[in-house]
Amino acid sequence: MINVHMARAFYGIVMREFLRFFQQRARFFSALVRPLIWLLVFSAGWRQTQGLAPYPPYETYIPYEVYMIPGLCAMIQLFNGMQSSLSMIYDREMGSMRVLLTTPLPRWFILLSRLMASVAVSILQVYAFLGIAFLFTYFEVLDLDIDPIGYLTVLPALIVSGFMLGALGMALSSTVKQLENFAGVMNFVIFPMFFISSALFPLWRIKDLSYAFYQFCQYNPFTYAVELIRFALHGQYYGLGALVVCSTALIAFTVAVYSYDPARGMQAQPKGAKRAG
Amino acid sequence: MKQDGQPNVPAISIENVSYYYGSRQALNDVSLQVKTGQFTALLGANGAGKSTLFSLITRLFDTAIGEILIDGKSFKTSGSDALAPLGVVFQQTTLDLDLTVWQNLKYFSLLRGMGSKLTTRRIEETLTELEMFERVHELVRDLNGGHRRRVEIARALLHEPKLLLLDEPTVGLDIQTRRVIVNHVHDLANSGKIAVLWTTHLMDEIKDQDHLIVLDGGKIIEDGQVNDVLMRVGAETIEAAFESLVKGEKERLS
Repeated sequence: MINVHMARAFYGIVMREFLRFFQQRARFFSALVRPLIWLLVFSAGWRQTQGLAPYPPYETYIPYEVYMIPGLCAMIQLFNGMQSSLSMIYDREMGSMRVLLTTPLPRWFILLSRLMASVAVSILQVYAFLGIAFLFTYFEVLDLDIDPIGYLTVLPALIVSGFMLGALGMALSSTVKQLENFAGVMNFVIFPMFFISSALFPLWRIKDLSYAFYQFCQYNPFTYAVELIRFALHGQYYGLGALVVCSTALIAFTVAVYSYDPARGMQAQPKGAKRAG
Repeated sequence: MKQDGQPNVPAISIENVSYYYGSRQALNDVSLQVKTGQFTALLGANGAGKSTLFSLITRLFDTAIGEILIDGKSFKTSGSDALAPLGVVFQQTTLDLDLTVWQNLKYFSLLRGMGSKLTTRRIEETLTELEMFERVHELVRDLNGGHRRRVEIARALLHEPKLLLLDEPTVGLDIQTRRVIVNHVHDLANSGKIAVLWTTHLMDEIKDQDHLIVLDGGKIIEDGQVNDVLMRVGAETIEAAFESLVKGEKERLS
């Protein structure tokens, strides 16, 4: 009986996330326009300067835009993860989270459902982007050359990477007291995470340019999310990437559940105020 | 989804609850009971501890000292399951403005584990009672404050709760809307199927037959039927009784 309740509640939370997403059309279009600008503008400019030697998972020389696709997929999920966290803070301040938290459901389940709903939305955005990329290839605007099977094999990678990025955003949002503060936090998270990673340049090239920068990239879990997606798009499995992404996701989610305080933003909470666990 | 409850068990029983914000005590040994068929007004000035008590009852804060039993179930032993018989209307609007009335209620019904047919029937019933059914497909953003409040009450009643908890639900509403909402909730309590705990600082919302609890400085200073309280205090109005009680408490403490 309780499982039926949980299944319905999970469906409700996912349904609400999708309804809100489609209501906020600007969010959908900006989620698509951002990676498309990167793909069309930046890749066109940089392909002339970037010679990409064969390096796993690629077996031949590839155009730069092919290299960019996994990084842009991860970028969509990164932005969505942060957007979803922002919406959680908004919900907390506006009181919508209280409606969720006063239902007879465990708190971990509520947060997990919110996270999975956000992952589902991010996957929808990634597939919309990949669909447009497919059309670019079909109409010979760009030569992206994604194996059709890659559209399927990338799904598990997108689920775990979306989960990791959403959980990181959730953990961050748990520590932020006010909505206004989160915009600043986002800037300090999104841009370093994206730029100090293998999203735009392969690690071997970064290593050639700066060893210190390469080390930073190696300690960035976003790098592993990008590489996991890259390998999966080519029908290959990247074990280390999966391990890092799954571990980071679990740690971040545990931190989020442990530190989530529904009373934040509700009223001034002096230090030492107790909260429900 | 109707909460049948146990016979003779209060819809809510609060036993010796204290709560601290750091070193400041917000609630001091609070005990009270609310029974089915009863409209209980929790009256107190700003800062009296009403919202803290409300947050404890809804489990937004943890009850470290004392115990809260909802329909006989404690958070300590039943966890979030104890929230099942509770319908809640928060002081602040908690509806999703970007969704329609229907979508908001449907979302809530799923959170409560309600099936599709039951949801449809209950949405129709609760909204019709509150004269809001014709607006079911409108975006909440397009509704005025009074109508949003009605939708929130409909939402809180959707799963047929045993206890309806309202935290200053009429704040910011015009007199006519306030009257409609106050009367509707009184009617619900009088139907004998539900217990109502209504926190307020507006005394004209309380009727003579209501159960009145006065909270001051985190402590309950009066608990009884309104007429009995008036007789005990020797006041003609609730306002006069409230002032006398608060003044008496201050004198006692000084």
